[in-house]
Amino acid sequence: MSHEAAAEGRERAEEDVAAREAARPVPFRGGGFTHRRLGPVAPIVFLAIIALWEVGSRTGAISPVALPAPSEALGALADLVATGMLWKHVGASLYRLSLGWALGSLLGISVGLMIGLFSLARAGLLPLVSALFPIPKIALLPLFIIWFGIGEGSKVATILFGTFFPTVIATYGGVDNVDRNLIRMGQSFGLSWLSIVRKIIIPGAMPAILSGFRISASIAIVLLVAAEMIGAETGIGAYILMAGALFALDQLIAGVALLSTLGLAIAWLIGRTERALLAWRA
Amino acid sequence: MQLILRGISHRYGGTNVLEDISFAVGDGEIVCIVGPSGCGKSTLLRIAGGLERPDAGEVLVAGTAPDGSLNPLTYIFQDFALLPWRTVAGNVSLVLEDHGIEAKKRRAIIDDVLSRTNLSDFSHALPRQLSGGMKQRVAIARALAVKPAIMLMDEPLSALDSQTRELLMDDLVALWQRERFSACYVTHNLAEAVRLGRRIVVLSRRPGRIREVVEIDMPLTERPGRLVELEKLQRRVWEIMREEAREADREISDVT
Repeated sequence: MSHEAAAEGRERAEEDVAAREAARPVPFRGGGFTHRRLGPVAPIVFLAIIALWEVGSRTGAISPVALPAPSEALGALADLVATGMLWKHVGASLYRLSLGWALGSLLGISVGLMIGLFSLARAGLLPLVSALFPIPKIALLPLFIIWFGIGEGSKVATILFGTFFPTVIATYGGVDNVDRNLIRMGQSFGLSWLSIVRKIIIPGAMPAILSGFRISASIAIVLLVAAEMIGAETGIGAYILMAGALFALDQLIAGVALLSTLGLAIAWLIGRTERALLAWRA
Repeated sequence: MQLILRGISHRYGGTNVLEDISFAVGDGEIVCIVGPSGCGKSTLLRIAGGLERPDAGEVLVAGTAPDGSLNPLTYIFQDFALLPWRTVAGNVSLVLEDHGIEAKKRRAIIDDVLSRTNLSDFSHALPRQLSGGMKQRVAIARALAVKPAIMLMDEPLSALDSQTRELLMDDLVALWQRERFSACYVTHNLAEAVRLGRRIVVLSRRPGRIREVVEIDMPLTERPGRLVELEKLQRRVWEIMREEAREADREISDVT
């Protein structure tokens, strides 16, 4: 349509409208229900709460017996750094966490793949997984102490079992959700069984496996602290337990802050991994 | 290479989906299969390529595949079936990787098929960045990479809008002119069937039986210029199908 024709059409439409009634804009009804990225909001909320807490403690609104001021907790943290105990505790915890979580995830992915791929494994192992998953692993800690010793073994085992089951369930769910048409395509081009598993099924299950990691990492931190509260001399859990026994609330808050930081760091790492491995989703 | 289907019958649970289907796809011939929805067209194609076992009957191939054919019976799927985590080149590479071809030669094959389908500029794009038509072109490039003798096409243009469909149909005709592949082409679109088919196998509603085979003795390249004649043929096929389609539409389906 030429410009003149368009202009003419517009004029005619306007005349028609004017002939009937004064024109008014259609009210906007869309919008909402979508999320925007608001980067600085999270740190502001965080700092505001801490500032409020600090002010409350300074003015006496919050009793120091009930809750120590953030500055005191920071002091306890500084003490930890100064005495060199920070690394000892954090290092011991990180070692248990990474070893237990890595082994549990590795075993969980293997068993999850087996359940996803083989009918026999599904028939045999899935009821077992369903039976063992709901048991709180911390209840089994005394058993693990007898089996794996009071040292690192029992703590790593607790975390291992805690991460194993959610990983199994996430993995086999992911395998089940891989587009059947893609598998059929692989078969139609004569791809080997191993190629189909490696190049189609595992990448297809990856989104589900990575969301499983988010859950299993949080479970691992909870179990880490619980295991360290029984029979450990070092570790963040042991530090928190010791602080609690002495009613050193500033140290207790410092320990809890360390755990939060650990959780945040792990969530950030998994986020990075997701972005790297699942860039194709976008 | 020829593909011969003999007395194929198939049932899902208690329902007969296919009954005694026999026909052959000759060398360099495109046979279209049309029929009302749910008549077992796609099942028939899956059986033809060995992805499903028929309850009765047999599928045979005769003759030798061309030299260097890695996968004589090759599918083109309606939903393209591209791996979303692989680039265009990676998707083509996938079907070559299991054949022990050295990397340099593989690279050459990929470049060749991508240039034949005008995709060279897109070799590093991911499927999600491509339009439907481009995705199907990638799937066609992937099929060409294994040098098929017979293409099994399951409604390859049905997921595309009508303009893209026209463009891809021209591409397919041009491709067939050069490569002279045999093809079994399943579609519910009668216009596609009369444009591409040397023969059109019309199936009845469930259980699918062969109602009629319509021969079209007109070179593919002449068809766009003789649309009036094609229109008549299309109407004839529709007359055969109309009652079947109406009945099929009123059926309650529990088989997909």
